[in-house]
This record gives sequence, structure tokens and C-alpha cells, in this order.
Amino acid sequence: MWLRCVVFGIVLWLAAPLPARAFIAYVSNEKANTVSVIDTDRWSVVKTIKVGQRPRGIEFTRDGKFVLVAVGDDDTIQMIDTATQEVADTLPSGPDPELFIQDQAGKILYVANENDNTVTLIDLERRARIGDVQVGVEPEGMAISPDGKILINTSETTNMAHFIDTETRQIVANVLVDARPRFAEFKRDGSELWVSSEIGGTVALIDPAKHAVTKKISFEIPGLRKEAIQPVGISITSDGTTAFVALGPANRVAVVDARNHQVAKYLLVGQRVWHMAFTPDEKYLLVTNGVSNDVSVIDVAAVKVIKTIQVGELPWGITIAKQ
Amino acid sequence: MIKPLVGVVALSTLVTSALAADPLEVRIGYLRRAAVRQTLSLVEQPAENDGVAGARLAVEDNNTTGKFLNQHFTLQEVHLKQGEDASKAAVTLADRNTAFIIVDLPADALLKAAEAIRDRGAVLFNAAATDDRLREEDCRANVIHVAPSRSMLADALAQYLVWKQWKRWLMVVGSHVEDKLYAEALRRAAARFGAKIVQERVFEDTGGARRTDSGVTLIQRQMPVFTQQAPAYDILIVADESEVFAPYLPFRTWDPRPVAGSAGLEPKSWDAAHDQWGAVQIQNRFLKLNSRHMTALDMQAWTAARMIGEAASRANSGDGKAVFDFMTGPDFSVAAFKGQALTLRSWNLQLRQPILLADGRMVVSVSPQEGFLHQLSELDTLGVDQPESKCKLR
Repeated sequence: MWLRCVVFGIVLWLAAPLPARAFIAYVSNEKANTVSVIDTDRWSVVKTIKVGQRPRGIEFTRDGKFVLVAVGDDDTIQMIDTATQEVADTLPSGPDPELFIQDQAGKILYVANENDNTVTLIDLERRARIGDVQVGVEPEGMAISPDGKILINTSETTNMAHFIDTETRQIVANVLVDARPRFAEFKRDGSELWVSSEIGGTVALIDPAKHAVTKKISFEIPGLRKEAIQPVGISITSDGTTAFVALGPANRVAVVDARNHQVAKYLLVGQRVWHMAFTPDEKYLLVTNGVSNDVSVIDVAAVKVIKTIQVGELPWGITIAKQ
Repeated sequence: MIKPLVGVVALSTLVTSALAADPLEVRIGYLRRAAVRQTLSLVEQPAENDGVAGARLAVEDNNTTGKFLNQHFTLQEVHLKQGEDASKAAVTLADRNTAFIIVDLPADALLKAAEAIRDRGAVLFNAAATDDRLREEDCRANVIHVAPSRSMLADALAQYLVWKQWKRWLMVVGSHVEDKLYAEALRRAAARFGAKIVQERVFEDTGGARRTDSGVTLIQRQMPVFTQQAPAYDILIVADESEVFAPYLPFRTWDPRPVAGSAGLEPKSWDAAHDQWGAVQIQNRFLKLNSRHMTALDMQAWTAARMIGEAASRANSGDGKAVFDFMTGPDFSVAAFKGQALTLRSWNLQLRQPILLADGRMVVSVSPQEGFLHQLSELDTLGVDQPESKCKLR
């Protein structure tokens, strides 16, 4: 009887509908060649998906049906079907894809090919390559302006943010930033473009209309040498008030007041923090820690790290959507 | 709607007109010694284009960037013949408006060339010579050192061995001048970081062919005998830059001990196996262009040419003085796949850089090692630091 009660209780618990805010995060593990799936209600890994060699850039498609993951050493982008949580297809990305971005409609995918000095354009519906744009040496960071008119690509050895007209696919401007620009992010209102420079140690704020750097944010952490501060991933809240910047081997995420561009706080996370993503309600920010093999969960309102989740070897990218 | 359109049109004309103007030409010279180094190992025999291949790739990289800035870089290659005077060639390059000359020359020839171009406003980039005296008593205001010095290499190795607790060294030194200089740097490193040289032996170069049909049998008898009856030691350290015997030592020592220095675990600025910090990208680019792996000399030449490209893009100028001033100023740094920015030591114009420790197949570690602290830059724990420097730039 007692046992039956327990079993019945477990069945009930399993059958209970998940709370409405259930989100799901996909984390690419660069060394493990896997993607960890995290349930944000339980803050734990619920599945590990085998993918190709060296998975890095990872993103949900706009319709939520697929998670795209760039597997650089296989020279392709794999499509994980979110229903079956298995790799369903691949995209012809060009050599060594790393980061990519979709247009607002989810029709065109823009891929940075590190080995080729090109940005490749892929038609997502036909899953076919439709063109490319020649950019600087080692293209990496990708962003699209909120109005969809300008594509940004950063090139790591050329040290520029290239402004590409999405209609003509021509470069319209090149803005020099500090060494090894790795990531680009627009403010939601399109007023500012933020570009992180890993080796330069700064984040450049660019006026997208004037194509000029208006300010550089630098970071100082007592007791840490300057060379250890290497900005990578950036996320800005949709109201444009707060920005989070991953500082790589400094093991910290900088919290920046995005209005006056002052650093407000440094949050200690795991080792070698790479990239980050908000939950869709922006209550939480999840960051990947490359060397400590985990993901830190930041409570955005409280500006505090509340949890650490163990994932696969060398986590790199992360994307989150509704279940 | 009209206004933004006008803006776009105006901007595109601006961009087009900028592109239409003749690009600014930046000429980089590359001056190479005549002799090709002979190695004991067949797989390590340098390619005919060792070094210059790296400079060529960097010029390609510079031009990819340059096309967005209307700058164009060219490489003027001079391969000296046996007995030909390097300083004459340097002067000819300088007179042809080549303000930056990457040199792969031995120390004395480099100093003569630096002297010869002194009044011509040109700068030499030392891509090959590791001699400490070039950064110390013989330092020059118109020579930038991209190659690491012997003391930087020795310190990088010593830090790792001390971290590993292999502190008792049996040192074997070759009989040539360079071997003795390397040994001196290793002795200094041992004293600095707390290792002990339990005994030193000299391996005399008695001449003879490097490759023989029955060589192995003899070597197998020779090396154990040479290393026997040593006091207790953890690792054999060998200084043999001339490559007369060092590669024969691993697996042939009397006592079963690892080897480091000129064989075994070697400190170097670059290795074909290095894949961290985005290095795979340059390894791939290099392989595609040259159909071979990238050596330390290739990387040193690449870095030199990239420094010129980087400074020209930041200073937005191709003028020799403007670029040199920017490069030696406080805002200059260059990224070279070493995990951090590389900068110049202001007191002797040596490029600060992490040093790889490689075993010929893998990169075992990268120095400076954790825990070796410095008040300004941990990279300055490698080599002669400012307070002890004898350099007076002139």
C-alpha cells in the first residue's frame, strides 16, 4: 500500500504540467562535441545531444523548430530538430563556420567563415548557399541592425566592424576597433552597436549612423592583471538599460549601465566565460564557462549569480527559447 | 523617407571616391641570409622559403585589411648570396623608399646593417637573431626585436621545469659560440628560478657528416657513455644551437631521464602543433598558401609584418616615422595567437611574448607559468627586465 502510494505520487508528479515559464537552453560544448539541453525550471541538464566536431555558434531558428549549431571542424552547420532533439540536417555553410545570425524573418542565415575571409549567405528554407561577401581576415562576430538593413561582421585580425547593406550585400563602412573583435550586439532601439575586443580588452560603442566609435569601455578589476581581461560575449536588456559583458579568463561578467556606459558591478562566474543568453522573459542570464565546464545563472533583477550547472567539456555558445 | 536615402547616397559616394583614389603604398623589405641551416633531423630541415613565407602571408593579411583603408602593402625580398654584404642591401632597400626591413641575419651583420641605414630613417625588424647582446649592450634605436632572446627562451623553459619540480639539471653544452651563449642564458635562468645545475659537460664538435648510412649504431653506443656517471639529476638540459648532437640525446641517456633545451622539450615562439587562441586559423591559412607547416621563423616574420600593418592602420599612415612612433608609443599592441596582446618593451624594443614549450609533436605548456608574478607584466618575467637592462637606445 505504502509503496503503491509512492509510485502513484511519482506518476502524478511526472504527469503534472510544467509551469508556464518553462524555457529550454541549448549549450554547445566545444571539446565534447555535444550540445547540453538545460531545463530552466529545474536548472539541470535534461539531455546531451551528440553533434559534429567543435560545436561553437548556436542559435534557435526564429520559428523555434530547429537549433542551428556551427560545427567548425566539420565545415558545416547542423540543424537539431527541437521536437526530437536530434541532428536532422546540415547547412552548406562554407569552411570553418563559427558565429552566425538570421534576419528578422528567419529566411536568410549569415555565417562568418573564419578560414575564408567571407560571410556566407544561406537560404534557410531551401537550405542552400545563395552568396557571399568578402570581409576582413578571420571574420567572427555577427549582428543585424534592428531594422534589418545593416549586417555587422567583425574580423579578428583586420580588427574592424564591417557594415554590410543587407539589400545590396555590399560593404558600406568599416570601423576600426581594438584588437581581436569577437562579438557585436545592437541595442534594441538601434542607437548603439557594441563590439567587444578580446585582446584589446575593451568594448567599443559605435554610432551606427555615423559609423564612428563614440566611446570605449574598459574594465579594471583589482588584483587582476590587464591581460586577463578579455571581453567576449555581450547581452543588452531589451529596454536598453543594462548590458552584460563576459570577460573571458577574468572569470567575471561585467554589468554595465547601458545608458551612461559606466561599469556598475563585476559578477564572479566560472572560468573563462565565453557567451551568454537571456531567458525570453529576461529574468535570467545564462553564461558559459569554458574552462570550468559549467553554466552560471545570473538573476538579472538581483544582479547575482544564483546557480551553477555542470554541462559538457568546454562549453562555448548558448541559446534559449520557450519549450 | 527622403532624408535617409540622401544620406545613403552621400555616404556611398564618399566610400566610392575614397576607394577610387590611389592606395597608399607601404613597402616592407625582407632581407635573408645566404646560408641555410643544416639540421640533424631530416623532418626539421628548413624549407627554402623559411621565414619569408610568414612575411608573405602577413602582407596578404595586411592587404585584406588595407583594402578597407586604402592602404597597399608590398614585400621587397632580397636573398643575399654567399659573401654578399647585408648592409649594402639594406641601404639599397632604404633608398628605394622601404622604411621597414625585416631581417633574417646573424647578430654582427644585423648591427652593421642597422648602422648603415641609421641616417635613412629606416627601421630593422629582427626576426631571427636571439642574441641577448642585441637587446642589451648592443641595442639600437632603429632595431625592433620580434624574435625572442635566448634569455626569454631559457626563462620560459626554467619556469616550467621548476613548476614541474624538475630542479636538478645535468647540462650538456656544445662547443660552438652560440651553444655557449644559450648555456649562459640557461645558467642565468636556473639561478633566477631556483633550479640547480648538478654538473656541466661539453660535447666537442669533431666535425664529420650529419647523415651517414651506419650512423645509428655508433650514436647508440656514444650517447649512453657520454651521459654516464652523472650526479643525481631530474632532467638533462642541452645547449646545442648548432645542432651537432642534441637530437641524439632523447632515449639514449645512461639514466632514464627526459631531455630539454635544444632537443626534447624546446622553448620556441611558435610550433606547428600550436592550436590555442585561434591559432588553428593562421596554421590553416599558412598551410593553404605554402603547402607546409609554419615554423617559429615563419611566425616571427609574420608578426613583424603584421606589426607594420597594425601600426599603419592605427596611425592611418604609411609614413615611416609616423608608423614607427605609433609602434613604439603606449597604444600599440599586436595580436598573434598567443592569448594576449603583444607589446614592445620601451627600453630595448623587444616584443613581449608568451613562449611555447613543444616536444616536436605537441605544445606541452606555455610560459610564463602561473605564479611567476611581476608588478607590470607577467611577460616581463621572461628575459632581462628593465631594472637589470644594460641597453641605452641610441
